[in-house]
Amino acid sequence: MSAGEATAVDLLGAPEDARTWEPVCRLHDLEVEGGAAVLVRGEAVAVFRTHDDRVFALSNYDPYARASVLSRGIVGTKGGAGNGAGEERPFVASPMHKQAFDLRTGQCLDDATVRVPAYAVRVADGTVLVGPLREHTDGAAQGASAEAADEGG
Amino acid sequence: MAHLRKTLVVVGHGMVGHRFTQAAIERGLTETYDVVVVGAEPRPAYDRVALTSFFEVGADALSLLPEGEYDDPRVRLVTGVEAVGLDRDARTVSLSDGSELAYDELVLATGAAPFVPPVPGHDLPGCFVYRTIEDLEAIREAAGSARVGAVVGGGLLGLEAANALAQLGLETHVVEMAPRLMAVQVDDAGGATLRRHIESLGLTVHTGAMTSAVVERDGRAAGLELKDADPVEAEVVVFSAGIRPRDQLARTAGLEVAERGGVLVDEQCRSSDRHVWAIGECAAPAGRMYGLVAPGYTMAEVVVDALLGGPGAFTGADMSTKLKLLGVDVASFGDAFAATEGALELVFADAVAGVYKKLVVSDDGKRLLGGVLVGDASAYGLLRPMVSSGIELPENPEGLILPAARASAGSATDAMPDEAVVCSCNNVTKGDILDRVARDDEPCADAACVTKCSRAGSTCGSCKPVVKKLVEDHFAAVGKVVDKSLCEHFPLTRQELFEVVAVHGYTRFDDIVAGHGRGRGCDICKPAVASILASQLNGHVLDKDTRTLQDTNDAFLANIQKNGTYSVVPRIPGGEITPEKLIVIGEVARDFDLYTKITGGQRIDLFGARVEQLPAIWRRLVDAGFESGHAYGKSLRTVKSCVGSTWCRYGVQDSVQLAIDLELRYRGLRSPHKLKGGVSGCARECAEARAKDFGVIATEKGWNLYVAGNGGANPAHARLLAGDLDTETLVRYLDRFLMYYIRTADRLQRTAAWVDSLDGGLDRVREVVVDDALGLGTELEEAMARHVDTYFDEWKATLDDPDKLARFVSFLNAPDVPDPHISFTTERDQVRPAEPDGPVVLGTTIGVGAPVGSGVAR
Ligand SMILES: Cc1cc2nc3c(=O)[nH]c(=O)nc-3n(C[C@H](O)[C@H](O)[C@H](O)COP(=O)(O)OP(=O)(O)OC[C@H]3O[C@@H](n4cnc5c(N)ncnc54)[C@H](O)[C@@H]3O)c2cc1C
Repeated sequence: MSAGEATAVDLLGAPEDARTWEPVCRLHDLEVEGGAAVLVRGEAVAVFRTHDDRVFALSNYDPYARASVLSRGIVGTKGGAGNGAGEERPFVASPMHKQAFDLRTGQCLDDATVRVPAYAVRVADGTVLVGPLREHTDGAAQGASAEAADEGG
Repeated sequence: MAHLRKTLVVVGHGMVGHRFTQAAIERGLTETYDVVVVGAEPRPAYDRVALTSFFEVGADALSLLPEGEYDDPRVRLVTGVEAVGLDRDARTVSLSDGSELAYDELVLATGAAPFVPPVPGHDLPGCFVYRTIEDLEAIREAAGSARVGAVVGGGLLGLEAANALAQLGLETHVVEMAPRLMAVQVDDAGGATLRRHIESLGLTVHTGAMTSAVVERDGRAAGLELKDADPVEAEVVVFSAGIRPRDQLARTAGLEVAERGGVLVDEQCRSSDRHVWAIGECAAPAGRMYGLVAPGYTMAEVVVDALLGGPGAFTGADMSTKLKLLGVDVASFGDAFAATEGALELVFADAVAGVYKKLVVSDDGKRLLGGVLVGDASAYGLLRPMVSSGIELPENPEGLILPAARASAGSATDAMPDEAVVCSCNNVTKGDILDRVARDDEPCADAACVTKCSRAGSTCGSCKPVVKKLVEDHFAAVGKVVDKSLCEHFPLTRQELFEVVAVHGYTRFDDIVAGHGRGRGCDICKPAVASILASQLNGHVLDKDTRTLQDTNDAFLANIQKNGTYSVVPRIPGGEITPEKLIVIGEVARDFDLYTKITGGQRIDLFGARVEQLPAIWRRLVDAGFESGHAYGKSLRTVKSCVGSTWCRYGVQDSVQLAIDLELRYRGLRSPHKLKGGVSGCARECAEARAKDFGVIATEKGWNLYVAGNGGANPAHARLLAGDLDTETLVRYLDRFLMYYIRTADRLQRTAAWVDSLDGGLDRVREVVVDDALGLGTELEEAMARHVDTYFDEWKATLDDPDKLARFVSFLNAPDVPDPHISFTTERDQVRPAEPDGPVVLGTTIGVGAPVGSGVAR
């Protein structure tokens, strides 16, 4: 699905545009462990807020269902302490066929070859901003911590 | 071996003929023989032991060979053809279609025929026997226009037939010549207890009553004349006065037959002609015939063995029996009459509870010889193998029949030796069962798999609890815990979670996962918790604490479709709708350009609504008096009905009214899986109620309640829970049934699978729901009453709450811009989703038919 990701940037044709940060909603508009769709530079983006108050953004497009629905999935965690399955990964389950996507990277947890585009996110003064598409790095992305961002902003 | 193949002819394709053929294929007899099987019945073999369930499940479900032919090209099956002659010199069998078959070896498996006493009038129209599917079809047909039925014979089969007549809605009499019922299996005291049980089913019992003639009126049976007693009126008469081996073919061909009938055979089941064998009910090994299926199966194996040159022998059989009657437990096994020299009897009788149990033990008290169980035969599966294996009895054998004995079942299965036969129908030992779970090569993981692979429990089912116990004990012993966790976040089953939530009074997922789970949950446990909270509290699914637990369908109170749009289904209780309301649905569909289709549940589904259109659509529907149909929920969907007695010339009850009442009663009830109901106004069953989780079928006297049916990929017919109920009792039973299901089923387990998963299956459900064995009845009813009292329409409540409505937008930051991914084309004059080709960026591609603003054209 990296083709979709590429087109999204190319079509806009303005790299600096893609690097700007766009305010999309207030943090309190997002439910804890919920998601919402927002429109960023013409694209449907799903923003999520996790239990520990971090905010993530993925493309809203579910490559399996080929529909714009990921924001409506259930948010939870997989693995982590006590499960012997490595770190605890925040994820969203597609509302269509339940494939799980790592909120930090967009990586599909059921199929190593599938990844949906992930966006940089910031929270400043209680406002959620979506930034450029994030290059894929191995699980390093951390999402925006609402508290930290508020202090820093 | 010579290259010439030989021919084996099997006459009779009943249970034993089928078993023989199967074993012949499995054990390689078809390597040397071509096998031709000739059956007189119009269909391949079926499960005659379960014949009575034909009324519930139909003929197909009983078939032992659903494919219609064997999976071996060297076996040919001919049905609907009778063998009419046997020429032993020429070694040929002549058939009713005029053809002739040559054989090298001949196996007779012709079974037995019901014995009809030659009283005057025995062959009048209205007189039946109870042996084949055709017999039962004819009985059902006749029962349709009759009021009273009588069964001649109060044995095992007679009682089964009598109960079936009662189930068909007839007032039913049982006429037995002997002084007690089931005289062959049960002693006097047991017979008296049994009689009370039978009478409590609504049957009238006449013992010591000899039928002297069938009364005739207008050329049909009209009743029975009894010697020394008043006549019994009955338009349907069923003879069940014993069976006679079908040995005519052998007799006319000059083969030796037993004094009391049956082809006389030796221990290898070989007749007086060394090329002719007889097995099953037509055979009389050592002069005795066996009217049960298990000995027949053994004979089948013995003959296959003999033809392969093996040493197998038939040396008598276990004649244990268990009555398969609704709510009446009777079992008799081993030496039930204490005929053994010096045998002692231990008796436990509780007249109030209607329980009579007797054990017959050896004179030293060490071995169990036999017994009789009436009213509670739960120990049967355990005791019978103790007789056949001869294991030493525990110190206080009476413990085995005292009411508390259920608890000690564990130690008794431990004590069973490996050779103990657990399933006597299919001759499966404890060792065989343990081998299935312990083997390295494809071991079974549960009792259901063991039953499938070893056949243990697949015939009469009475040993199933023991099979399950053995399998569970095995896994416990090897330390393998069968993981029943809901998901990685909760080490609990749904039932345990349900109890935890109820006991602690939790209302929030956070508290539940903090107290009993780990992590932050997932798409499995969150909707399960949401459903449990909804069942217990009946709050709004979109309330703050439960909103994010919901699957997308519940989260948007609509059903998501392939392109991310939703479908809308307003409730149409019982499928009844006024023209005005129908017009409103049409107008809404037209104005929002929704694809419109009529559902199988007698309502109307409107497809293609975008998230942001849902509130406006529902505003119109709610204003017109509609409410949520919960098509999106794991909850009650519809109660389908036929038109009933109001309009239909066949209807006997008002099925529409009941369907509406039930649908309104249970609407909004969140459950482990979707729930569907149906009500039919007469036995024609036009509402297909038996394909539902609960189905109600009208009878002349009230309602029959069937439960645990479904359509779909694994269709199941609902089974009778209780019959001839008045409406109040029906609703009470249904309240209990549904709440019991909601409390104890697994997540996404339909009622059929749930009933099968319970220890004791449908009988267990009946104990809890009808007999209130757990004393839970009132509690379950109160839980349902709470649900009914607190019901509200969740769509109306959503429209009244800006907070809930706020989420029904396409984009938080552009609530009026439709999602560009959603586009439609037209097909057969309606919209349909256009095939997507990838992510869409607004400004470059805009979906057609989606004008900015919204699709509302007022
Ligand atoms: C209602 C009912 C309940 C029962 N419950 C139990 C129970 O709980 N436990 C138990 O152990 N047993 C039970 N039985 C008995 C059990 O069904 C029989 O023991 C078993 O079916 C015997 O198998 P069989 O093959 O010998 O005879 P059948 O199953 O009767 O098969 C014989 C077949 O041969 C055919 N046939 C006969 N003559 C010819 C011919 N000349 N040419 C071609 N075909 C011919 C017949 O049409 C028939 O299809 C029950 C029986 C009935 C009717």
